[in-house]
Amino acid sequence: MTETTRNGEYDDWLDSVEDGKAYYVRCDEGHGWLPPRRVCPSCGSRDLSEEPLPDSGEIATHTTITVATPQFEDDAPYVTAIADFGPVSITGLVRGVDPEDVAMEDVVGIEVGERETTGERAVVFRPR
Amino acid sequence: MTDPRIAGAGVTQFGKHPERTGRDLFAEAGLEALDQSGVDPDDVDALYYGNFMGELAEHQGHQGPLMAEAIGVDAPATRLEAACASAGAAVREAVKTLHNGEAEVIIVGGAERMTNIGTAAATDALAIAADDLYEIRAGMTFPGAYALMARAYFAEYGGSHEDLAHIAVKNHEHALVNEHAQIQKEITLEDALEAPTIASPLGLYDSCPITDGAAAAVLTTEGYAAEHDLDAPVAISGTGQGGDNLALQDRPHLARTPAADKAADEAYADAGIEAGDVDVAEVHDCFTIAEVLAIESLGLFDVGEGIDAAAEGTTSRHGDLPVNLSGGLKAKGHPVGATGVAQLATIAWVLDGSHPRADAVPEGSVGVAHNAGGTVASTTVHVLEVKE
Repeated sequence: MTETTRNGEYDDWLDSVEDGKAYYVRCDEGHGWLPPRRVCPSCGSRDLSEEPLPDSGEIATHTTITVATPQFEDDAPYVTAIADFGPVSITGLVRGVDPEDVAMEDVVGIEVGERETTGERAVVFRPR
Repeated sequence: MTDPRIAGAGVTQFGKHPERTGRDLFAEAGLEALDQSGVDPDDVDALYYGNFMGELAEHQGHQGPLMAEAIGVDAPATRLEAACASAGAAVREAVKTLHNGEAEVIIVGGAERMTNIGTAAATDALAIAADDLYEIRAGMTFPGAYALMARAYFAEYGGSHEDLAHIAVKNHEHALVNEHAQIQKEITLEDALEAPTIASPLGLYDSCPITDGAAAAVLTTEGYAAEHDLDAPVAISGTGQGGDNLALQDRPHLARTPAADKAADEAYADAGIEAGDVDVAEVHDCFTIAEVLAIESLGLFDVGEGIDAAAEGTTSRHGDLPVNLSGGLKAKGHPVGATGVAQLATIAWVLDGSHPRADAVPEGSVGVAHNAGGTVASTTVHVLEVKE
């Protein structure tokens, strides 16, 4: 695989976030996931639909990483968080706030940014 | 169905051996296990071998036959990969095969060479146990993942970095007499609290080191052990394995490890014991918070109360329920693919009285080994009991 080969539905999903039309995948029982999914891992339903991602999420947990992998060397220190968007939770980089000021339950929006180290796309959360 | 016996075990010194090849590390552990067991290598029916990052560290796949050859065994050999639970998965497959009557003697083990590629590349290699698309690309490292779980735990149940530091201090103290341990150095609470942060709230002393090493054990059926008059008093009386969503973001609870709950329930039922019967445990403390999550999932402490165990002394070698008498991954070291069998060896040696910390549980007859992969998306639990 070369650097330019897209990761199918993952990159499609990043495109949707970038275009302001972020979505998630929901089964008929309301379990939420990120693509690609052909079956709900929770209930086994194959009746999945794409639904608009709620406009904002809440920080469910976060960490400031100082020892990074080579792919994030120039990004460090940086904040990685899991944000709860209701039906689905998403992992991303928190930007636009001092790492020491990031707090549980902070409300954030989602966008696509670039890794400082490699220029590759990454999910970014910014305080709302 | 009778319980497989542990006829012998071997563990290399865990530490920095960057120039030693994986095959040489495993040969040392495997031959020691064979020698200790007294089993004829020609009787070995299979090798189940754990390894996680051999392709990245040594550019070596297909390690099963390579490792069988390294220990002079001509038998089918299969590598199992379940991240840091690879060796635990190897033990489980061996136990099931022995139960099924399809084999009488199986060697289980694992090896990992890690320090030869340096800390940054090893950190990168370890991270591939997480979800590449949705976690790694968002900057998650392994310390970072456990830091996310630690902060979620503190928010839900209380607790602090100081509580975790007590776990590091305890496990370092336990390792002082373990000649296999990578770190034989006593630390204070202040040392742990003042160490550099690697992923807040976790610091350097909350993390296990990067380790080269190998471990192996010879397992036989009860019948084979009796027939050959082997000195094999410790049996594996229960096995369990559980799974979970790979990515943390997809789990309903960030401060619990249901894969380990399931593994423990299955292993205890298989052995016919309850959590209250356990005398001693080796658990997967790749990070201090992981020991808390493990002892809660094993039912040794109520959910939300495991955080106090080390500070209160309950899990020290002087306490009622010693945890990680080897020093744990924290001080003994964590050669990823070997860890599950090193835990098995520790429990066997504690129960048969030959481990230097066996005096912590002189009457101990039931031990458990908890081996977790990734952020506990894979877990094996094995129950060991003294049978004679």
